[in-house]
This record gives sequence, C-alpha cells and structure tokens, in this order.
Amino acid sequence: MLKTFKIGGVHPAENKLSASKAIEVLALPKTVFIPVGQHIGAPAEAIVKKGDKLMVGQLIAKSSGFVSANIHSSVSGTVKKVETGPDTSGYPKMGIYIDVEDDIWDEQIDRSADLKSEINLDSAAILAKIQNAGIVGLGGATFPTHVKLMPPKGMKAEVLLINGVECEPYLTSDHRMMLEHGEELIVGVKLLMLALNVDKATIGIENNKPDAIAKMSGLAARHKNISVIPLKVKYPQGGEKQLIKAVTGREVPSGALPISVGAVVTNIATTFAVYEAVQKNKPLFERVVTVTGKTVKNPSNFKVRIGTTVSELIEAAGGLPENCGKIINGGPMMGKAFANTEIPVSKGTSGILIMPEKEAKRSETMPCIRCSRCVSVCPMGLEPFLLMTLSERQVWEQLETEKVMDCIECGSCSYTCPANRPLLDFIRLGKVKVGALIRSRKP
Amino acid sequence: MTTIILYTVLTLSIIGVLSAIILYFVAQKFKVYEDPRIGQVETALPGANCGGCGFAGCRAFAEACVSKGELADLFCPVGGNDTMSGVADILGIVAEKKDPRVAVVRCNGTCEHRPKTNFFDGPVSCAIASTLYSGDTGCQYGCLGCGDCVVSCDFDAIHMNPVTGLPEVDDEKCVACGACVRACPKTLIELRKKRPKDRKIYVSCRNQDKGGVARKSCAVACIGCSKCEKECKFDAITIANNLAFIDSDKCTLCRKCVSVCPTNAIIEYNFPPRKVVVAEQPVSAPEKPIEVMVPISTEPKSSEI
Repeated sequence: MLKTFKIGGVHPAENKLSASKAIEVLALPKTVFIPVGQHIGAPAEAIVKKGDKLMVGQLIAKSSGFVSANIHSSVSGTVKKVETGPDTSGYPKMGIYIDVEDDIWDEQIDRSADLKSEINLDSAAILAKIQNAGIVGLGGATFPTHVKLMPPKGMKAEVLLINGVECEPYLTSDHRMMLEHGEELIVGVKLLMLALNVDKATIGIENNKPDAIAKMSGLAARHKNISVIPLKVKYPQGGEKQLIKAVTGREVPSGALPISVGAVVTNIATTFAVYEAVQKNKPLFERVVTVTGKTVKNPSNFKVRIGTTVSELIEAAGGLPENCGKIINGGPMMGKAFANTEIPVSKGTSGILIMPEKEAKRSETMPCIRCSRCVSVCPMGLEPFLLMTLSERQVWEQLETEKVMDCIECGSCSYTCPANRPLLDFIRLGKVKVGALIRSRKP
Repeated sequence: MTTIILYTVLTLSIIGVLSAIILYFVAQKFKVYEDPRIGQVETALPGANCGGCGFAGCRAFAEACVSKGELADLFCPVGGNDTMSGVADILGIVAEKKDPRVAVVRCNGTCEHRPKTNFFDGPVSCAIASTLYSGDTGCQYGCLGCGDCVVSCDFDAIHMNPVTGLPEVDDEKCVACGACVRACPKTLIELRKKRPKDRKIYVSCRNQDKGGVARKSCAVACIGCSKCEKECKFDAITIANNLAFIDSDKCTLCRKCVSVCPTNAIIEYNFPPRKVVVAEQPVSAPEKPIEVMVPISTEPKSSEI
C-alpha cells in the first residue's frame, strides 16, 4: 500500500506529454525583460541603470529585506532601460530590459558539466550562498529559500522533504530533472541537509514516474540518511502540507508553517538550483520550463534564461496551434491564463500549457445541488461550497472563521463540481479580501 | 367541585398579582431610557437601509444623529436636504444644506473605442476579474464590464448598456448612496454635484498611463495634455498622473474644455446643440445628447508616443 495524504484529493488525467523529451537548451533571446519582483515578499531594488554593461550572472537587483531575493542578469549585454513592463497579471511591474550581446559569463561561475560532490562548507556559508544566488521555491510559490532554511527561534527542523511529486497534470520539468541530473540532486539534498542541520532526508515521488523512482532510489541507496518514497498518484500531493502528511504522517496545524512539525520541503528544481549555486557559484537565472498541450507540435522541456518571452518558448515548441483557446502559466489545475504572450518567463514559471479552444471554455454554471463532492475532495478539510457562498455575499468575517486562509488553491473543488460552479474563483477573491482584512488589523 | 374551581381561580389570581408586582419593580430597576427622538428621526428618514450615510441602516443613523446632537458630518443622501431639515427640526437645530449629487461612470471605453485583447472566461464579477488580471483590453484602469455596480445598486439606477458594454446611470433614480462607488474595483464611479437639467461635464477616463500608451489602448483616453487645464478660467481642472480631473463644485458648465480636448475624453451631457461656427470643425455638435462619442482612429500619432 503506497503512502498518500488522508483527506480529499482528486486524480485528473495526467497527460504528461513531454515526459520522454530530454531537456533542451533554448537559443538565447535578443532582448530580455527581467522583473525585479519574481518572488513572494518585497521586490528587489534595481542596482543597474541604462547603458550598464552586464555579464551573465551579474547581480542586477538587490534583495530589499529578509523576505526578498536577489535578481541576477540571465544574459550578457547592455541595460536598455529600467522601466515597468508586462507581468502575468497584466498590471505593469518594474523590471530591467537588457539587449543581449554575446554570451559572456561571470568568471566565478563554473560552467563545466562535471559533478562536484565534495562539500567543504559549513551551514552558514551554504545559507549565505543560497541567499546571494537569489534562490526561491521553483515549484511556483516562489518563496525565498533562505528564509525557509532558517527556522524561527524555538523551532527545529527534523526532516528535509524533497518534493519530486509533480502532481500537476502535463508538467514534466521536475521529472526530467530527476532523470537527467539525479547525481547533482543528491549533492543538493546533502547541501540542504547540512544547511538545515538535519540528519534525515526523504524524496517523495509519485508512482506515475517509475523511471525517476528507480534512478533516485539507486542513487540514494549509497547514502544512509537519504531515502526515496514512492507515493500513490493523487492530486494535490505536491502541496507542501499534503506531502508532509503523506511522507511523515504529521499534520501541519491551521495557519502554521511546515516547520512547526519539524519539516522543511523543497522542490526538485530548487534543490538543483541550490547545487548549482553552492558548488558551481551559479546564481538562479535560468530554469526548466515545460511547454506542452495536446495540440502543441513538440511538447518539450526547455532550459530557458529568465526574462525570455513566452512567445519565444511557444515558437520553439512548434508555434502557436491554430485553435488555441487559452495559454496557461503553470498547470491546468492551479495555473492562471496569460493575457498575452509577450510576458517574460520568471522564476515561478514552471510550465506553459496551451489548451485547444473546446477544452479551454468553461461550461455553463448551474445551481449547487448540495452533493458535497467539493467537501470530500478538499485536501484541507474545508467546505468549498460554503466558502464560495460567503465570498459571493461578501461576509468576510465569517469567511475568516471558516478558515478560508487555509485554502491552498489546488482547484480540486472546481474540478470535481458537477454543476461547474466557479468555487475556486470566489474562494480566491475571499482570500484576497480576508488577507487585506487581517493586514488592516495589524498596527 | 365549586371549591376546587374557587381555589384554582384564587391561586392563579394571587400568582398573577404577585408576578405583576415583581415585574413592575424589575421593570423600574432595569429601565433603559431611550431618547424618544431616535424613533422620530427614524420615521423621518426614507427607510431604505442602503448604508449610503455610512451607517448600518436608518436606525443606526438616527441614533448617531440624536447622540451627536449636530448634523455636521451626517447626511442622508437618499432623503437629501428635505429629510435632513426634517431631522434638524426634530433635534431643534438647523441643518446645513448640501448639494445633491449623482453617480457618474468615468469610463468611455466602449467596444469600438477600446479593442479587446483577450476574453475573460471566469465568473461574471468585476471583483474577481480585477484580482486576477488587469482586464480584457489594453487599459488597466477601465471598466471591466461585469456589472458589480449594477448588482450593488438598491435603487435600480444603474444598468449595463449591452451595445457599449458600459454601465449607465439613470439620473432620475440615482440617490447618490455611493454603493456603486464602493463596488467598483477600478474606482471609476464618482459622486458629482447634480446640475440643473442633469447637465454634466466630466473627464470620462481614469487612465493614468502616459499619453502614447493610453491612446494606444483606448481611442478616447485622457492623455494628460493639459489643454483643458489651460482653457479653464475657473481653476476647476487639475492634471495629476497624466489624467485630467474636473472638480464638479468649481465647474460652471461653460463647455470650453470639451472643444479643446484632442481625444474627446471630456464628455458633455444633456446640453442643447452648439451653434456651429462657420469654418470651424465642430468637435461635438450632435443633435441628441452625447452618449457615445464619435469613434476616431485607434492608431496613435507618432508625435504622441
């Protein structure tokens, strides 16, 4: 019996179309736009100005607080302007435009592909390197990793969990990463264990990736304290709290962080970025993005520089199909649709999903029939139908007592609703409003 | 048999009398004095419970009026000056007269003025659309067209025009309660001074982008050129963040700003037709009141970018 989390969960069609496609390096773009706010927390402050010459990996925006992250140039060239540019939301965000010239890397970066497995740094040095490299959670939440690795006073990390679940349908970037960079990932895990000062690490992988499980188990077998656990395929197992429950059996209390049960979770791509940052001195300026969809000519996994536009990625995957209905930033369950394709890839872009027109359209909304399917699939034990009604009627205070802030926005409720009710849309609105309410109470 | 009836009646009467005496003293002891004027003021109010005054219903407003004893910050927009003078009479004070106001939608981004760049497929709610993204056109400040204002109106005074995709206020019905102002996530609706014959002049735009960007996304966007500001002799027009604003308290409805606006962003409403001056191109001289402005090319002039 495979492990999984207890309550709720759904199993959407996996559609991992690009699982067998090796990671390709995308050609360099002509210009890039690198937003200064690519993470949760305060946006970084730009430290370059128009006309500055840049090398690949050079710091261009400095972290402006503890919960913030550095931003590095992903290309070499000249700063065209520091101005607002497009963002996934459509609202203009500050960023740096760079005209690409050649591909000159910072000399400190080790560009060789050799595996560097000996670790000769202590915890503080590793943390400093992670912080300087501007590493954030690459699973999509983009929470600065160094913050996660420094537990607040009085709390101690006991176990490190590596999230190789990739439960979102279509996305395959972490899967490919495990197959192609398993050795590096193990070094990354060891670095994270050292940084956190924990002696146990577990890699959780869903059972629909047997090749990745075999590869990682083989590598982990050489290390006593690293284990690989195959998990039952169930969405949203990649959610931090769900993964902790599945692997350790511990439940993160409402409103608390995973560290309160002694767990720290990092995703596969983040672990690889940690390896590169610490062992190769390479800051986070490129990531693997899955470009996929049933009508896409070549669903692929691309290694792209941050700041490349989405349109270039789509072009590389065979161009925009004719009957395209929606382009989604992320997977089909949690992703948000792009308003246009001239938006840059940022640290949080894990995939680009192109949906044909007939799949993209939402079906007509019907009245709620009280079937309680949303309640039974909610992995957080909430009552989505109630949260939606309260949000619709703008009863924010009651919404707060009904624990709307515990919602992880996995979309299982909307997916399962037989009446096609936009449950998650209203719950998200409720979260925005209740979040503002909570902030307004703080002095 | 009769004795049983007699005893029963007697016992019950004694219990009744005793209870009445106890209740009388309890009532005296726990008596809550309520100003009778609260009830009177409440009766004088319209009873719409719309919340336009900022209080939770007419009763709460009446309590506030009586407890404060003055009406400086208190005003019932639904009842207007008549109601407030009635309230003032009850309280024995004089009410300050306030100009009646009316809601105005400051966006003219109709389908032909503002081309759609994408299609919103989510639930029909401006609040949700605005938390997700900037909107289905190039203008991030403009109307989303999902009609949260229509839903919020208790007086049936605001409706979506299916042709333009924009909400329209019925001046007759609008009581300026401000519900739509609070409902609009883009803060497009403003309460402006009501003028004779419902005449209005206002900048029908909230776009704070630079001229070129604004013009590219919408043909009738305010580009902040400040021509109207120079034209206005009454200091009613101010320019801030690339956007003109006409103060309805200062505006004298002279209509000079309307003719100088290069993008037709300033709207005049309910005015008689202008006398056409020979050899001058009339910017707006329609026979009917202007509701939709004349479409102009969406291509921005190179000089404006």
